[in-house]
Amino acid sequence: MPVDIPAAVIGNTRLTPEYNVLSLAAPGVAEHAAPGQFVMVKTAPGLDPLLRRPFSIFEILRDASGAPVGISLLNKRVGVGTSLLYDARDGDRIDCLGPLGKPFEPVDPPAEAWMVAGGVGLAPFATLAQALAARGTSMTLFYGGRSAADLFHESFFTGLGATLVITTDDGSRGERGRVTRPLERALAARAATLPVTMYACGPTPMMRAVADLAATHARPTFVSLEPVMGCGMGGCYSCVVRVTRPGGTHFVRSCIEGPVFDAASVVWDALKGGHH
Amino acid sequence: MADLSVKIGSLTLKNPVIAASGCFGYGLEYASAVDVSALGGVAVKGLFLNEREGHAPPRIVETPAGMLNAIGLQGIGVHRFVREKLPELRRLGVTTIVNVCGSTIDEYCEVTRVLSDAEGVGAIELNISCPNIKEGGIQFGCSLTGTYDVVSAVRKVTSLPLVPKLTPNVTDPASFARASEDAGADAISLVNTFLAMAIDVETRKPKLTNLMGGLSGPAIRPIAVRMVWECRQAVKLPIIGMGGIATVTDVLEFIIAGADAVQVGTANFVYPTLWADMIDGIDKYLDRHGIARVADLVGKMER
Ligand SMILES: Cc1cc2nc3c(=O)[nH]c(=O)nc-3n(C[C@H](O)[C@H](O)[C@H](O)COP(=O)(O)O)c2cc1C
Repeated sequence: MPVDIPAAVIGNTRLTPEYNVLSLAAPGVAEHAAPGQFVMVKTAPGLDPLLRRPFSIFEILRDASGAPVGISLLNKRVGVGTSLLYDARDGDRIDCLGPLGKPFEPVDPPAEAWMVAGGVGLAPFATLAQALAARGTSMTLFYGGRSAADLFHESFFTGLGATLVITTDDGSRGERGRVTRPLERALAARAATLPVTMYACGPTPMMRAVADLAATHARPTFVSLEPVMGCGMGGCYSCVVRVTRPGGTHFVRSCIEGPVFDAASVVWDALKGGHH
Repeated sequence: MADLSVKIGSLTLKNPVIAASGCFGYGLEYASAVDVSALGGVAVKGLFLNEREGHAPPRIVETPAGMLNAIGLQGIGVHRFVREKLPELRRLGVTTIVNVCGSTIDEYCEVTRVLSDAEGVGAIELNISCPNIKEGGIQFGCSLTGTYDVVSAVRKVTSLPLVPKLTPNVTDPASFARASEDAGADAISLVNTFLAMAIDVETRKPKLTNLMGGLSGPAIRPIAVRMVWECRQAVKLPIIGMGGIATVTDVLEFIIAGADAVQVGTANFVYPTLWADMIDGIDKYLDRHGIARVADLVGKMER
C-alpha cells in the first residue's frame, strides 16, 4: 500500500563529492518497506524536473524505541535530479511515494546469500542484509567500486556478520578489477551440494556478468534492475524489461513486476540504461 | 455542495475528472493508492483486438515541463481485458471508458463490438490520434474523411457513448470535431499528444528508440486550451478536454474554455493521489462563485 508523503529532509551526509546519504522523515513508507523496494522521489517542487526518480530504499531509520520513522537514500549525482538531492538541506520537503515494487526474497539457512554490489548498487542490500541476518543466513557481500573513496557502509555489513569481498577499479582497496572476478572464483570453489543464492545490483554489464556466472554454476540469482521509469505504479508502461515467461519473451513493467527479477529470465540484450 | 455530474451521451459521470488513457494502466494498478471509484471515470490503456508488444525502450524522455512518450500501445488486447480486468473494474464501481485502437476500420469495429457485448463498459473512446504507431490510428485522425469514415462505421456497431479522441497534430482541430459530430459521435475528447523529438547532442542519437514521440504535460496546456475553445465554438457535442492538467485551476481553465469534462494524464505520474483534492477543488470553486452545477460553467469565458 504505497503512500505519498511530503517527507522532510532530516539529514544529508555527503560521503564524497559525488555520493550522499539523504535521510527523510517518512514513517508511512518506512513502516511497510521490504528489502529491495523503492520510492519515487520528486527531486524538486514544480515542473522542472517534472517526473519523479526511482530510488532504492537504503536504510530504514528508527527512533529510540525501534519504531520506523523514515528512510535513507544512497544517491550518486549524475544528472539534474540526483544533483538536487545531493544539495538538499535539512527541512526541505521532498515528495516521496512508496514503498513500491516486488521485494527481494531473503533465503533461509542452510543456503548462503551472496550479494553483489557495484557502486550505487549497494543501496538495496542494507535492508536485505538485515533480513538475512534476522534469519541467521550466512552472507557475503561482493562489493566493487571505482576506488577506496567510493566504498561505503562496510562496517554496517560486517556488523551484521557479513563477509566482505572488496574490489576497486584502481586497486586502491581490495583486489584490482571487476567484482565478478572474486565472485567467479568463489563460485568455482563452492561444492555444488552447498546451496547459495545470489543477489546483484549495479551497472547493467555487471549484473549481466553475474547472470552469466549464475547460469554457468546453476545458482539461483536475483537482480534489481533500474530502467528509465515514469510513474512507478504501473501506469505508463515506460520501464519495461524483456523477460522470458511461459509462451515466449515479453515486455513487463519493472515497477510492478520488478525491480527484482530472476536473472535467468532477463533478456539482457534488450536492456538499456536509465536516466537520472 | 455543487452538482458535479456530467453527461456524456447516455453516460453520467459523478464528476468531470477522468484519468487519461495510457496514464493510468488499466485502472486496477492504482486501486491500492486511490479510491478509483471516486473518479469521474477511468480511460484505460488503448486496446487493439490482439496483444501488442509496444516499442523498444527507452520509451520516455523528460522535456521542459513535459515528456515525450513512444510506448507503442503495448497492451493485452480486448479479449484479455474483458476477461481479466473488466470484472474487477466493475466490482470496484469504476466508470470505465475504454480507449479503442485499430489498424483498420474493421478492427475498430470488432474491438468495439466485443466491448459492447461485455458488461461494465461506460463509453468508447476512439483513439484515432496516437502519434506513435505506423498503421491506423493517427492516419484516420489526420484526415477528415478518415475521421468521418471510422466514426460512422463504429457508430453502426455500438449504442455505447462514442467519443473520438482527436489529435492536435492538425491545423484545424475544430473541423475534425465537426466531422465527428456529423458521423454520429456522442462527444469528443482532445488533445492527444503532440508529435515531437529530442536528440542527445553528445551521442547525436535520438533520445527515444522510436525516434519520435508524443509530447504531453504542462508544456502543452495553452495549446490544448486553445483547441478545446475552438472546438467549443464549432460543435454542440460534449467535449472532454485534456493536455497538461495538473491542478484544479487547470481543470477550471479547460471547463471555462468549453470542456464538459477533463482528463489528467502526465500529472498522475507525478502525483498519483491528486484526484480527491482536484474534485473537491472544483466543488469549492463552484460554491465560492455561487454556481450550482459544473455544467453551468462550461464555455463561460468572459470577454
Ligand atoms: C505514457 C503515455 C501513454 C499514453 N497512451 C495513450 C493511449 O494508449 N491512448 C490514448 O488515447 N492516449 C494516450 N496518451 C495520451 C494521453 O491520454 C493524453 O491525451 C495526453 O498525454 C495529454 O494529456 P496530459 O498532458 O495530461 O498527459 C498517452 C500519454 C502518455 C504520456
